[in-house]
Amino acid sequence: MELQTLQNIASNERARQKSVRIYCCTSTGCRAAAALEIIETLEGAIHQRHLQDQVEVVGVGCMGFCGRGPLVQVDPDNLLYQEVVPDQAASIIAALQGGEAQPQRGNVHHPFFTRQMPVVREYSGKIDPERIEEYIAVGGYQSLYRTIYEMTPAQVVEEISRSGLRGRGGGGYPTGLKWATVAKMPGGQKYVICNGDEGDPGAFMDRSILESDPHLVLEGMAIAGYAVGANHGYIYVRAEYPLAIDRLQKGIQQAKRYGLLGSQIFDSPFDFKIDIRIGAGAFVCGEETALIHSIEGGRGNPVPRPPYPAERGLYQCPTLINNVETLANITAIIRNGAAWYAGIGTETSKGTKIFALTGKICNNGLIEVPMGITLREIVEEMGGGVPGGEVKAIQTGGPSGGCIPKTLLDTPVDYDSLRQVGSIMGSGGMVVMDQSTSMVEIAQFYMDFCREETCGKCVPCRTGTVQLYALLTKLLERQATPADLAQLEALCAMVRDTSLCGLGQTAPNPVLSTLKYFREEYEALLVEPQYHPHPPGAANQPVSALGSVPDSMLEGA
Amino acid sequence: MAVRTLKIDDRELAVEAGTSILEAAQEAGIPIPRLCHLEGVTPVGACRLCLVEIEGLNKLLPACVTEVGEGMVIHTQTAKLQEYRRMTVELIFAEGNHICAICVANGDCELQDVAIQVGMDHSRFPYQFPDRGIDLSHPLFAIDHNRCILCTRCVRVCDEIEGAHVWDVAQRGPDCYIVSGLNQPWGEVEACTSCGKCVDACPTGAIFKKGSTTGEKHADTAKLEFLSTAREKHQWTR
Repeated sequence: MELQTLQNIASNERARQKSVRIYCCTSTGCRAAAALEIIETLEGAIHQRHLQDQVEVVGVGCMGFCGRGPLVQVDPDNLLYQEVVPDQAASIIAALQGGEAQPQRGNVHHPFFTRQMPVVREYSGKIDPERIEEYIAVGGYQSLYRTIYEMTPAQVVEEISRSGLRGRGGGGYPTGLKWATVAKMPGGQKYVICNGDEGDPGAFMDRSILESDPHLVLEGMAIAGYAVGANHGYIYVRAEYPLAIDRLQKGIQQAKRYGLLGSQIFDSPFDFKIDIRIGAGAFVCGEETALIHSIEGGRGNPVPRPPYPAERGLYQCPTLINNVETLANITAIIRNGAAWYAGIGTETSKGTKIFALTGKICNNGLIEVPMGITLREIVEEMGGGVPGGEVKAIQTGGPSGGCIPKTLLDTPVDYDSLRQVGSIMGSGGMVVMDQSTSMVEIAQFYMDFCREETCGKCVPCRTGTVQLYALLTKLLERQATPADLAQLEALCAMVRDTSLCGLGQTAPNPVLSTLKYFREEYEALLVEPQYHPHPPGAANQPVSALGSVPDSMLEGA
Repeated sequence: MAVRTLKIDDRELAVEAGTSILEAAQEAGIPIPRLCHLEGVTPVGACRLCLVEIEGLNKLLPACVTEVGEGMVIHTQTAKLQEYRRMTVELIFAEGNHICAICVANGDCELQDVAIQVGMDHSRFPYQFPDRGIDLSHPLFAIDHNRCILCTRCVRVCDEIEGAHVWDVAQRGPDCYIVSGLNQPWGEVEACTSCGKCVDACPTGAIFKKGSTTGEKHADTAKLEFLSTAREKHQWTR
């Protein structure tokens, strides 16, 4: 295929599109709330009114305002309807001819929308993710063409480095540096992996990207493949995302048919094929070495790094592994240039970040904001605050992150500031909590999650999380003494410092950050140790293995 | 042969490049506790007992899988490491049912040795008392999962030295257990050659010869190193 052919597809598609396009979200959330029925009703009403030549219904990806779904948007009038039910859908078509629309009108001028800066989500909710032509019509695959014909691999790596993009999976490792490392490895087989094993509770950014704009990720992977010298890519998606998998499969098939993936892309010597690998339900497989084992067909266990995957990864070959959102930023950087991207955000964190804003907040949904925006702006302006209450804390970074108290709401959202206040950027989960939330319970919830999800390979993570969970439970049952609290802190430090992979090293974070900011809640649950000459259950307490007496018998003695 | 010079616990050492910190320390007679490490099979860095501090690095690194570097200054016995090691051993004891007094390996048990080495005389963590079951289906050997510390030495020995791959790990997290065959009773696994290498590899009394009683198990771990040296370097030395 030549550039002209690509442009022809784009102009044919634009000519095909009707003057009025009615977008209906068909992502998982809205789909669960009868979005597909709404599409049927809308199409029925168009036929009934003989408007099929001017109006079309487009099943699109996520529009972001997930808490108010199903969402329907009328283009070009920019009318947004929220919480649409199938019975009312027909009135949206009637409104095109002067009737009254029954569904609730959404306010597109609300800060929830206006404060956003869509780079990755630019065409989310505006194109049909199941038709490659719509992606091509908005300039899709032109960045790939440009990289192949106008740039050397080294120039692509340089461009990504200069953009300042950092890993969106949570670690924040400079993407350009990672690419450069893989590119500099000696030639031969190399791989590109897209990590779509999103598993943090409350996070659904990657799912949304894959469901709404799968080609964005595919194109980003192909550009990455060209830059590092890989001819084979894998997308690792969790099995809990069937719609994302389905759309990726369709996307890969369509791209192959047009010669945009596979052999001799754009008739150049560059080959790149992409395969999908489906996760089997293990959170730890989001850790890169575990993910690689899982793709190889082995047990998803992490291994000590170094060697890093960039040096020895999939099938022992140099492997570039990036998160979905990271790869989704690539085409925009190539299209608009590194300088443009580096102009967004803060000194050390460039570009935008997508957050899944959930919890006790008026406006639930996905937002894409420039780095450096404060938590207060996100929560109070965009999120509309807590319904009938007050913010107590914000949890970012899932089970690896921490809770930020309301006194620190003016913290800018960037990698380093969040780390400074004891949390992390993470993959983008942002859970708002109000005054009714017990922070100890939150810590217990995340510890329960880690206890369930540890792979069991290393001792501190496998059994330390179990003991930490037990200590937190003991606290909540009001049976813990100050000695238990001290032990909790000591064990947190030990699990953090000695675990093998990121899961264990960060598992204590929710406890440590809530201890840092809400220590009084822990202390309020403590009880004074009581002296029992014959402690309850002492008869059942076995003497420990090496023959000494358990501590419980010594306490208070 | 490239040589690296480094310092472990204030002792200057020169070792071959590519050597692990654990091997370098061993060469110099500096003891570093370990449980999952076994000479002759691939190290996995799972027990976290051999973690050491390296000056200039804020992370603790496992000595068994970390290669020596030129000019490294390594500490193996800082107060922090000693406390973490003790906690690790306590966690292992609290996780399973390690009742030395009635164990086949009593007196010749690496877990017991490590506990003494790190000064763990009791566990500050409550015992879990799991009920993990015992498999007596094999005619010669048995596995008591309650005494298993999931070091995966048996898994690696069976896979890498014997080539049978009878063992693997099933489930995850606290539910992990060593599984034989396709989750069959050990005695029904046709791949098992009854070589007994897993018995010698097991650091505790989890895998043992049938018919042995308290304190009667004496694992010959050196045999496994001998086998791999013989195979790889063609040196038949013990």
